[in-house]
Amino acid sequence: MSRTLTAAPPSAAAPRWQMSLRTATRIKKTIITAILIVLSIAALFPFYWMISGSLKTEFEAFQFPPTIIPQEPTLENYQGLTRDLPFGLFYLNTLKIAGLSVLGQLITSSLAGYAFARLDFPGRDKLFLVVLSTMMVPAITTIIPLYILVYQINWVNTHYPLIVPTMLGSAYGTFLLRQYMLSLPKDLEDAARIDGCNTFQVYYKIALPLMKPALATLGLFTFMGQWNDFFGPLIFVDKIDLYTVQLGANLAQGQWYTDQPRLMAGSVMITLPVLLVFIFLQRYFVRGVNLTGIQG
Amino acid sequence: MATTATPRRSIRWSRYEGYLFITPLFVGMIAFIFIPIIVSLIMSFTKWDIVTPPEFIGVKNFIQLLTGDRMFWKVLGNTLRYVVLSIPLSVTIPLVLAVLLNQKVPGVTFYRIAFFLPLVTSVVAVGLLWRWMYDSDFGLINYLLKSIGLQGQKWLSDPNLAMPSVVFATVWQGLGYNIIIYLAGLQGIPDHLYEAATIDGANDLQKFFRITIPMLTPQIFFVLVISFIGGFQSFGLIYVMTQGGPVNSTNVYVYYLWQTAIGSAKMGYASAMAWILTLIMFAATFVQVRVSKYWVHY
Repeated sequence: MSRTLTAAPPSAAAPRWQMSLRTATRIKKTIITAILIVLSIAALFPFYWMISGSLKTEFEAFQFPPTIIPQEPTLENYQGLTRDLPFGLFYLNTLKIAGLSVLGQLITSSLAGYAFARLDFPGRDKLFLVVLSTMMVPAITTIIPLYILVYQINWVNTHYPLIVPTMLGSAYGTFLLRQYMLSLPKDLEDAARIDGCNTFQVYYKIALPLMKPALATLGLFTFMGQWNDFFGPLIFVDKIDLYTVQLGANLAQGQWYTDQPRLMAGSVMITLPVLLVFIFLQRYFVRGVNLTGIQG
Repeated sequence: MATTATPRRSIRWSRYEGYLFITPLFVGMIAFIFIPIIVSLIMSFTKWDIVTPPEFIGVKNFIQLLTGDRMFWKVLGNTLRYVVLSIPLSVTIPLVLAVLLNQKVPGVTFYRIAFFLPLVTSVVAVGLLWRWMYDSDFGLINYLLKSIGLQGQKWLSDPNLAMPSVVFATVWQGLGYNIIIYLAGLQGIPDHLYEAATIDGANDLQKFFRITIPMLTPQIFFVLVISFIGGFQSFGLIYVMTQGGPVNSTNVYVYYLWQTAIGSAKMGYASAMAWILTLIMFAATFVQVRVSKYWVHY
């Protein structure tokens, strides 16, 4: 290691030395930028490959060497996919499932999060620990009894098993909103109480608007989770009219296993909406991931 | 306080108001978590195909799994292989990327988005995309290998390569999550530590190994635990990319569990598998929490 070089005494901080230090920092930054550019292009390239693949004809896709830029870009793959499968319906189904889930999740988790942060009731902290401990249970442990439950109450081939459990809140959402509430001052709520608001009014008129950033995070997480969920729909739904976009793309794989351009069109179609949402709401997303980390 | 102005009755009642607020959450938890857990435990001691009534058979499922089911041990081995292959990558690559992203260089938002995008892409899209890139005849990866004079491989149809190939796609997909965790940790490291080290003449590598890594051990530990837990529950990418094949080389725990429950309708047997998985996860988390005391610097 360049120990002898860097071990220069602090007194060496003469103007000349500082100059070279500044140049060294600039060189370092340039190198880091270059590395980051290369790596982020490498990370993004698969997405480019997905899009360019979706625009190729089947003939072009099965050429070797592959073409990096589609020679005769075509929308044929998208047209074929939407003609042969009811993708519009898949979008509607997914939007319905995700939308209702987000709405319910926000209401249920914010009610509970607010109560755990601000209201004083017997056994509160113990109950909160119970809520947190459910995060340790692997989903696979509960999925088989749920499957049977769904069978017995005739929820098979409905969207209920995908919507209702998510609507009724989550440990993660409750935790996130409780922590956020705890980070806010109580002044406004106290003032509202003096003005004669009851507890529900304080929650609804004061706390809920204050929680907006955390609600955005939770809403985004819930939306993405439901949009991208594959395991749930795979287990609970097998009527094509009820398919989500994920099941639709998976079905396309079953039907046109080797028609790669068409499958890439399917991938783009199920990815694009969620990517757009993400790019606009990136900030909230990062905050939400960090909150999962805090418990670690 | 406003409450002093309200009548006594409502003070007493207000002590229990909180229960109303948590009722919807607890209805959900009781119906969809607590009861299923208990039912699952009971089911693991039965033989049940849903159609005919369940039959209580004691611990036979567990004995059969541990002593008579070769496939169970195979998928357990495959799952361990999956975890062992993925953990070093998903702990180290995001660490290096996070350190780079934490520098004040222009365009950081763009790079961040680039690494986060795979995270918000579904397993179906990721699986379809990588299956195409791994294609042995027309795939991008073999093209790149051939263009630098190396030989193309049958990534997903060679039993020895299928698992590492799936793992690599998983690592790519999960990069962003771990980067975010590390970035939060990096932002918590006080600048004066680095300044002091600079004055003492430490170079960047020394700072990385002597300051950054020790200060990040809580995050490294978290990523380790999360990767282990996530790895043991992997299902989606395997389902889309390989269906557990070729010759069961990528058949992992949850995939086999799914085959057992949904494919063969052996509900009791699958529940027993789910409980063994739960115990493995608890044990692993417990061990990691214990061990972490010796090397995690909080």
